[in-house]
Amino acid sequence: MQATSEMADTFTGKAELVSAKVSRIKTLAEAFAYTVALCDGKEMCPLLVSGCELNLSDPSLQLCREKTGKIIAAPDLTPEQGAELRALCAARGMELIDSGLRRHLGGLDIGFTVCDLGIAETGTLVLNSASEEVRLATMVSETHVAVLPLSKLRATSYEAEPELLAFMADTPGYLAFITGASRTADIERVLALGVHGPLELHILLWEDN
Amino acid sequence: MQDADTLKEYRKQCQQAMDDEFLRQAMDSFAKAYRSNRVKAFSGMNEKELIAEIAAAKDAAIVRLPELYEEFRVKAERAGVHVHLARTAAEANEIICLIAKEHGCRRIVKSKSMTAEETMLNHRLEADGLTVTETDLGEWIIQLRHEGPSHMVMPAIHLSRYQVAELFTDVTRKQQDSDIEKLVKVARRELRAKYIEADMGISGANFAVVETGGIGIVTNEGNARLVTTLPRVHVALCGVDKLTPTLHDALRIIKALPRNATGQAITSYVTWITGANACAAGPQGKKEYHIVFLDNGRLALARDPDFRQILRCVRCGACANVCPVYRLVGGHRMGHIYIGAIGLLLTYFFHGRDKAKNLIQNCINCGACKEVCAAGIDLPGLIKKVHARIQNEEGHPLPSVLLAKVMSNRKLFHTLLKTARWGQKPVKDGSTGYLRHLPMIFGREQNFRALPVVADQAFRDEWPAIRPQVDQPRYRVALFSGCVQDFVYPEQLKAGVKVMSGHGVAMEYPMGQSCCGLPLVMMGESKAARDVAEQNVKAMDPARCDYIVTLCASCASHLKHAYPKMLAGDPSLAEAARAFAAKIIDFSSFVSEVLGVDRNDFRPQAGQAGTAYHSPCHLCRGLGVTEAPRRLLREAGLNYVPSAEEDVCCGFGGTFSMKFPEESRELLKKKLDNVAASGAGELVTDCPGCVMQLRGGAEMRGDALRVRHIAEALAERKK
Repeated sequence: MQATSEMADTFTGKAELVSAKVSRIKTLAEAFAYTVALCDGKEMCPLLVSGCELNLSDPSLQLCREKTGKIIAAPDLTPEQGAELRALCAARGMELIDSGLRRHLGGLDIGFTVCDLGIAETGTLVLNSASEEVRLATMVSETHVAVLPLSKLRATSYEAEPELLAFMADTPGYLAFITGASRTADIERVLALGVHGPLELHILLWEDN
Repeated sequence: MQDADTLKEYRKQCQQAMDDEFLRQAMDSFAKAYRSNRVKAFSGMNEKELIAEIAAAKDAAIVRLPELYEEFRVKAERAGVHVHLARTAAEANEIICLIAKEHGCRRIVKSKSMTAEETMLNHRLEADGLTVTETDLGEWIIQLRHEGPSHMVMPAIHLSRYQVAELFTDVTRKQQDSDIEKLVKVARRELRAKYIEADMGISGANFAVVETGGIGIVTNEGNARLVTTLPRVHVALCGVDKLTPTLHDALRIIKALPRNATGQAITSYVTWITGANACAAGPQGKKEYHIVFLDNGRLALARDPDFRQILRCVRCGACANVCPVYRLVGGHRMGHIYIGAIGLLLTYFFHGRDKAKNLIQNCINCGACKEVCAAGIDLPGLIKKVHARIQNEEGHPLPSVLLAKVMSNRKLFHTLLKTARWGQKPVKDGSTGYLRHLPMIFGREQNFRALPVVADQAFRDEWPAIRPQVDQPRYRVALFSGCVQDFVYPEQLKAGVKVMSGHGVAMEYPMGQSCCGLPLVMMGESKAARDVAEQNVKAMDPARCDYIVTLCASCASHLKHAYPKMLAGDPSLAEAARAFAAKIIDFSSFVSEVLGVDRNDFRPQAGQAGTAYHSPCHLCRGLGVTEAPRRLLREAGLNYVPSAEEDVCCGFGGTFSMKFPEESRELLKKKLDNVAASGAGELVTDCPGCVMQLRGGAEMRGDALRVRHIAEALAERKK
């Protein structure tokens, strides 16, 4: 078994290679503050989501107009955690939602999740996505903020295998490996981020002992 | 998509592809970038061991597919999945249409599935009045253009940003910029709208994991996640060959697949779906979830011991990425639906002989694909076998039959070669050693290189006079010449003899030896190839020598690797073939490693202009020999200058260059351009076939380049 700090360094290096932004936090409260500050930043969470400034077809422009304010989706928090984040959002004029994400397919600013496992060798997050809301939060949003408790970090996919199998045994199940932002190189092999899913992935390594 | 009826028509299509400037540039820059990206991706890993493990696990699963299917079905059904098995492509399409009908679906979004390309599912769905939108960016682009993919992983690699901008302008009815980032964003928003209105999602699957009853989908864009989440119905179409017993098998493949495909350690997303999940749009909040397994010849293939390893394929596309022919002609000409080396094979098994018969011949047998295959499939070997099988089914073309007849009779073959000496007189250019103009049997398109004349005296006829006397030999060596050195370039072999002399090597030249048989394999004449193998094994008694040395890389690799396989079924020959193969060694390895030839063997000589090296396919990949010849060049003071892509094929490929002269010419041009860029005045290599191609090409271009066998360059400097 690799020591946690060494694994965390490997994880950080690998995740950054695929343009994830990795930070360390000590408490979940820090993660909430990070998320709200991110959305409050000058460039972040513009009214128009990415692509809506371009020459889209009329139906697609219509879909763009459905988003009317800054929205953060955090579907897998406990009620107490949700209340904490909601208070922070309200203070900055942002909306926090935890369900009904299908009503926001036009665009969400940030999807916030706490991950179930991490795989250091590839900088991969493992997220139990059996809940449709979790899936949508991490796909429809422009930015995905993912908290990874260091206690859940494994060195390799093989080391994570027993736990992966445990998730898969709990059917029906939908388990996601996420490594970096959504990407494509389908036009002239030029890398572009955010083709369908998030344009940015922020990973907060939570030193949860 | 491959629709040529005749080889001639197919060649014409390939030529048209080669004339597409954008395609050529895109393919070239991709081929170069891929090589270094792949090396980087596997650095620090034991790549060969990983590939061997994948191959072993796949082999174990392939022979159990029917029972794996049953186990998977039971497990998945327990989790609320409807599991189907379609015998044919049409049946799979029918099942999916029925699901759509039963659930009142009208709009479909699809994520990438090569299996759906195989069944031409979209055509069938659209015929039923359903609207289908591909959501993988590359797939969407080619769907809008009504084209098939030109690469398994990057389906629109043949198109430029300008073509995409034009296409998106049509689709959105708004003017689009050719900036790639903007085009991707336009696709993001246009496709978002399609997901929302869709009532059915169709995905592929990279794995069907029996122990979990779930599927795994590997993507970068994340479109498969939306396709499997938003619509109320999900159908996954999956080849039965994707069934794998354990999650561990899948995790193992994921270590190799993205690295081999695009040089990524892992894709952005891997999605594991076990059972019918929550879906707010579905009946009772549940997804209507179906998995359609496709047989379409796979189960029969799994029972065929000669070909079942084809089912190991994980669809990474690496065999196309490194194929010099794919690099020239692109995916639309290097496959029917599946592309690259594996595409040539799968076309035969999934789409039939008619679609495969021309394609299958467009393999130059350089082995680049086999070297990188994530599942260790012997792609070039299987391609030749399929070619032979097609000829057995369809009848052998006349030139092929004649070649087989002549070559399997050594005396007749050698008499004809000697007669050619007289026949070539009218076309022989006395001073140069080339044919002045090509005899009528060659077409004009062969004119890209000068062809050599048959030597006045064959090596075998000179041998008794030049055989060195060695009293107390350290090594007993049998020489295997191959036809080219025996009859066209005997001076190469004589040079080889000179380099080996003085090291206590007692040499024999067994007169019963004949052609190694590789040209017959290339022509699909497997029976004649086996017959000459038998003749050679009988002619050269391995018990009487320590080594069988050959100066021809192609002969060496064929003798060493193919003979034991070809003769394995014959109890009277199997053991002899193995012993024979074990003694085969190439000239450079023998001289460098066994004899230990070093700078003390050579005269010091100043002012040597640079010597470039061409690494023959069958030496560097066929035998894994890369260091010995380069070391010898340095030891002999030949001022070795590296040039770009030394190990990429020169375009000879034996009979390939006769069949596909346009491609051979282009590969030769690339090679000579690279050598010219190195500034070398001399080019050496380890194979008489490569010498013939390279020297003839340099002569035709008027390059001031001396092309020789490495033995000649070494012999000249020997003390």
